[in-house]
Amino acid sequence: MSERAYLDAASAEALHPAAREMLLSAVDSGWADPVRLHHEGRTARLLLDNARAVLADAVGVRPDELFLTTSGTAAVHAALTAITAARRRSGTAVVHSAVEHSAVLHTAGADGVEVRVDPAGRVDLDAFTSAVRSPGVAVAALQSANHEVGTRQPIEAAAEACGDVPLFVDAAASIGHDAVPGGWSALAASAHKWGGPAGVGLLAVRKGTRIAPAWPMDEREDGLSPGFPDVPNTLAAAAALQARQAEAAGLNKQHRAWIDELRQRVAAGIPDVEVVGDPDDRLPHILTFSCLYVDGEALVTAIDVEGFSVSSGSACTSSTLRPSHVLAAMGVLTHGNVRVSLGRDTTYDDIDRFASVLPGIVQRIRAEIGL
Amino acid sequence: MNTDLDCLGLLCPLPVIKLAKLLPTIEVGGTVTVLADDPAAATDIPAWCRLRGQELVSAEAPRFVVRRLS
Repeated sequence: MSERAYLDAASAEALHPAAREMLLSAVDSGWADPVRLHHEGRTARLLLDNARAVLADAVGVRPDELFLTTSGTAAVHAALTAITAARRRSGTAVVHSAVEHSAVLHTAGADGVEVRVDPAGRVDLDAFTSAVRSPGVAVAALQSANHEVGTRQPIEAAAEACGDVPLFVDAAASIGHDAVPGGWSALAASAHKWGGPAGVGLLAVRKGTRIAPAWPMDEREDGLSPGFPDVPNTLAAAAALQARQAEAAGLNKQHRAWIDELRQRVAAGIPDVEVVGDPDDRLPHILTFSCLYVDGEALVTAIDVEGFSVSSGSACTSSTLRPSHVLAAMGVLTHGNVRVSLGRDTTYDDIDRFASVLPGIVQRIRAEIGL
Repeated sequence: MNTDLDCLGLLCPLPVIKLAKLLPTIEVGGTVTVLADDPAAATDIPAWCRLRGQELVSAEAPRFVVRRLS
């Protein structure tokens, strides 16, 4: 029996060793309330300030522009609602691509103005430009890269198109894996996507961006994230990101090459497969494909039995029984869908074995239905 | 010549599988009207036509009309 290969890093990565080490020491040193003036409180405050400086540097803002939230989703909710509330007199519309994370779609709600994407999942820049320049727009939201198919979005061009309208960038899929262009007003990310702990999100808000939190505010994080901060986990998140960025050049090059190889072997080795997303202008570590006539749940389960952990955007694998809105917006096959995403522990052997066993798994499932 | 294919209540990929199995029995130029109310069918039937080189005549969920081209 061979070892398991975890190929679902885009859902969550195991804690980075640097984060684990930091967390173990910080639970003993950073447990006090950082707003108190006593010795223990000042120690916690110092640790929190250090973590904030590291995280701010990693996303390219000043420490006083970086706020900590309880998750990436909470950061998305806070950013969009606080910017929208501050711009009430300009309008209420939230312009967003059709392939944003559900946290963006849920926040935009009835005020959302959806912009179509091309078959690779990249936003239609002309349609985006005309949507943000229409009257009544509060904020525009565009992800740095897509979390399901890896395609990068044209952030710099979108920022230029926005003019005075603030651009919010959901960078959760990219931070720790890929460089994020500038030009945005606010940016959100999530620590568990780069090997930090769950329960730590980042919200960067550039000076000059007006915000008006639309919920009961306290003295924490300028009112953007109420409640007692998790100092030890914030330190662990910062340690993970710092370590991850030191490894980035080597890891990204490796991941890019392995995904290229996997992409080619999946397309060549399996009949009637649709490999989706941009083959080049993409995140280094994600590959997504759909196998015609194959049930997504059966496929993920069979792959799991062979020792590989992958995720799927097929309807049968979701709690709502609806297919991924990303795949649907791209107009690509939603059934038989698999997303492979590589982490820092992934080896070439994992990729090689996966590429070798996959055609047989697909063939077996198709044979069961007589195809 | 049109043939109806009732896939109401069936979840993807079943409607696409049934369509793929039926198509070889349809003459070239003939059409199949698929009734499929699974939300995934609205994406997957057009995608199947594109992948298999068949013509999607119309797509107004839950009714999809497909013409056999080859």
